[in-house]
Amino acid sequence: MLILTCPNCGIAAEETELSPGGEAHLHRHGPGSSDGEFEEYLFLKENPRGVHFERWRHSHGCGKWFHAARDTATLQVFGTYSAQTTEPPQHIRDAITAARPGWRWRDFS
Amino acid sequence: MAEATTTVTVRDLGAQGMVTLRGDLADETLIKAVRKVTGLTVPGQRGFRRGKSGAVAWMSPDELLLLVPEDKAGSAVADLDRALDGQHHLAVDVSDARAMFAVEGPFAREVLAKCSPADLHPDSLPEGEIRRTRLGQVAAAFWCEGDGIWRVIVFRSVAGYAQALLERSARDGAVGAF
Repeated sequence: MLILTCPNCGIAAEETELSPGGEAHLHRHGPGSSDGEFEEYLFLKENPRGVHFERWRHSHGCGKWFHAARDTATLQVFGTYSAQTTEPPQHIRDAITAARPGWRWRDFS
Repeated sequence: MAEATTTVTVRDLGAQGMVTLRGDLADETLIKAVRKVTGLTVPGQRGFRRGKSGAVAWMSPDELLLLVPEDKAGSAVADLDRALDGQHHLAVDVSDARAMFAVEGPFAREVLAKCSPADLHPDSLPEGEIRRTRLGQVAAAFWCEGDGIWRVIVFRSVAGYAQALLERSARDGAVGAF
């Protein structure tokens, strides 16, 4: 069972109280971008075994979105953080580094 | 069952005035407007406050639920709109969209705990705190108003399901977890 602490209301919410929102930190390229960039935004998602960043919504609670960093294989949660950011904050990266030295996810490490 | 002589009752509380208020909860004007309508201050995270004529529940970082007498919901919205005129906010009378139940009895906490993934241990969900979560298949919010006295709010469209679920849970008796 996956338990994520919603940073908006502070509840340690169990998985069935949440709705998954897919991969986090997607970058949608603006006007003038290539078909390849749009394809990447739309279809080319990470599917790692290990460290992963996701968006979740506390749909049966406060209704707010947030980000979560977790391990897809062990379900270890490294932390949750605000949805209003384009990259994982330093304390989350530090928590992952402590548990998984040398981790890499897209451009983050 | 463990509690053969004592039971938990589930009662539909009928018409209850409810107003959803969204805005900046730290804003002085909003705090003043809430006090004017309910006589209460804005509660902190997940807080629930009851006064003489109403109650205020913290629903999310930018949302409150105001409980007022049924015939006062319309005027409460008008008062809030007037007080917050010109600033970003939303005040809506949602009385007809929700149903409210009283779940009362010695093991009322367990009746809810059996239907919900929420941690209902008294240390985790004390009196004065509201918990928005799931009851069976539907969204719900509940809070404790005293020993064995609980209030549950669900959408009116699923009120029949929620009542049947709670009654079944009450009929099955106590588990003895708390």
